Amino acid sequence: MRTVIFRSIAPFLTSLMVLFSIFVLLRGHNEPGGGFIGGLIAASALAIYGIACGVAAVRRAIYFHPMALSAFGLFMATVAGVLSVFASVPFMSGLWTYPVIFGVELALSSVLVFDVGVYLVVVGAIGSIALGLEEGDRD
Amino acid sequence: MAVPSTPLEDLSVAYLMEPVAAADWLIPAPVVWCLLVGSVLVMLRKRTALQPLIAIPSLMVLVFITLGLLWHVAVNGTVTMTMGRWLPPFGISFTVDLLSAFFAATSSLVALAAGIYGRSDVDDSSRRYGFYPFLLLIMAGILGAFLTGDIFNLYVWFEVLLISSFGLLVLGSRPVQLDGAVKYAFLNLIATTLFLVATGYLYGLFGTLNMADIAIKASELRGAAPLMTLVTLFLLAFAMKAAAFPVNFWLPASYHTPRIVVSAMFAGLLTKVGIYALLRILGMLFPVERQELSFLIALAAAFTMILGVMGALAQNDIRRAMGFLVISGIGVMMAGLALGSPAGLSGAILYAAHSMVVMTALYFAVGISARLGSSFKLTEAGGLYARNAAVAGLTLVLFLSVAGLPPFSGFWPKIMLVKASLDVGAWWLAGAILMTGLLTTIAVGRIWALAYWRPAPEAADGAGETPDPMDTQPLSFGATAALGGLVVITIAAGVWPEPVMALAQEAARGLLDPSAYVQSVFPVEASQ
Repeated sequence: MRTVIFRSIAPFLTSLMVLFSIFVLLRGHNEPGGGFIGGLIAASALAIYGIACGVAAVRRAIYFHPMALSAFGLFMATVAGVLSVFASVPFMSGLWTYPVIFGVELALSSVLVFDVGVYLVVVGAIGSIALGLEEGDRD
Repeated sequence: MAVPSTPLEDLSVAYLMEPVAAADWLIPAPVVWCLLVGSVLVMLRKRTALQPLIAIPSLMVLVFITLGLLWHVAVNGTVTMTMGRWLPPFGISFTVDLLSAFFAATSSLVALAAGIYGRSDVDDSSRRYGFYPFLLLIMAGILGAFLTGDIFNLYVWFEVLLISSFGLLVLGSRPVQLDGAVKYAFLNLIATTLFLVATGYLYGLFGTLNMADIAIKASELRGAAPLMTLVTLFLLAFAMKAAAFPVNFWLPASYHTPRIVVSAMFAGLLTKVGIYALLRILGMLFPVERQELSFLIALAAAFTMILGVMGALAQNDIRRAMGFLVISGIGVMMAGLALGSPAGLSGAILYAAHSMVVMTALYFAVGISARLGSSFKLTEAGGLYARNAAVAGLTLVLFLSVAGLPPFSGFWPKIMLVKASLDVGAWWLAGAILMTGLLTTIAVGRIWALAYWRPAPEAADGAGETPDPMDTQPLSFGATAALGGLVVITIAAGVWPEPVMALAQEAARGLLDPSAYVQSVFPVEASQ
């Protein structure tokens, strides 16, 4: 698979896919999308980069171990649920805030934090499996 | 998301409007705590020295949280928190009654003991593979299964604990472990699939997954819907999880392969989650169908007990014998479920709690015997009493306790179950329980006589398999303390059984009359 064409295209394709995955993640609350599907797109981006340029390059590029990313995502998702303790509402309630930044109203919520957590869990877990498979028997 | 400009409809139709009391946060707290600490430990999985220092205090905190929850439930009755502020049955409820809280507290005590024992039983590479993270995550799954009030959510927690258990099972990656893990994984996946199929079927019939809602609707649907099929499916799925005859063969095939501390956790907790699900779904939601099936369950129970203990008698490997004793205990609990009377159910609940503590401790004792220089093989073991009389004494207590002899914790639930079966004239079930007690005494007596009392045999000239180096390292204080702590619990529950018996009886009453459970989830409807 390591043709010149693929190797030259792969970095652009990967960065586009990661960008698209973040777009999908952010539009997810009211429209099709969200953390899970965004995470899958990002994980396939990593897999493509791994096929083209080798697993070591991917590991350097994401810096953290995929399992650590995944764990951080789980941590974020849980913390997003715990936030509702401060509002005296049950666990996992959606809390919204609407700050106005540069004249634009921004809808921020604990749901978004949860969804980013899901995104990271999926990127980490699927990415870890994909890289493991591409690596073969070596660890 | 844009803010809607039109005023919203009345939110109280869908939303819980009252603020949540701080004490009610104890309901999801055990699971949340396990997930938080577990994810931190995964992030720190390369820092093998740091992991027990975080995990063991966290497990202590977990014990306090679950004891606090038990106290909260004992004082205020069944409590509910529905996630995301949605009103039940649309939100996922965590409903904690005495049964849930009792099992949660007992299992977190066992997890703490496993955390302490694991410090000396798990080497650096296994820690890097994630012993402590998996320990915390499997506890999240187990506690979630105990605390949830929603059947699909129960399925999700089963998956969480199953995935973590796969991870724990293959720590070390020896070929024999992979062999055991494949059998374990395959059978458990079948059981989980059956559970999922049954859950889908249930949703099709009821249109709800909330247990309290099901308890209300079951009486209306009875006669109109094929509930017997549904309940039989659930029975098969959970009996497989609990390792009841005739779907028990995965347990002895896999439980002797992982690290001792992992076997101990599994033996203590995993099969009991299956028993809990049986008690909850058959005992509380579908009592009429359970009554119909009671002869079948009783038959399975009797076979599980007798065949389990006969397996233990036949084994040469002590770890395998312990696996068969786990199965035998499952039979005793199933007997209580088959009886279904208050005494029967409370006996089953008490026996489950006893079994969590004692089976874990028994595996610890076996692990310690190997560290004292004995072998897992009965033919090569010996001389343990001469080497360390204190540990031998603790082990004897456990052996007598698992056999159900007084004054230890196994005695009282067996008495309750024998009496309950005689009350309904099921003399053969009572006979099976008593026979199991006798055979267990012989089985553990044989192990005691050969491995502990017999003088150490002449050193075999390197004939046997070479033991795992982690199995033979010197005995540490932590391991002995973990064993000692669990032994103290079984003695305490044996000589002063009133509090736990009252707890189990109250929990059984809650199962038989779910009105408090329903009222906790639907406070308005029940009062109308």
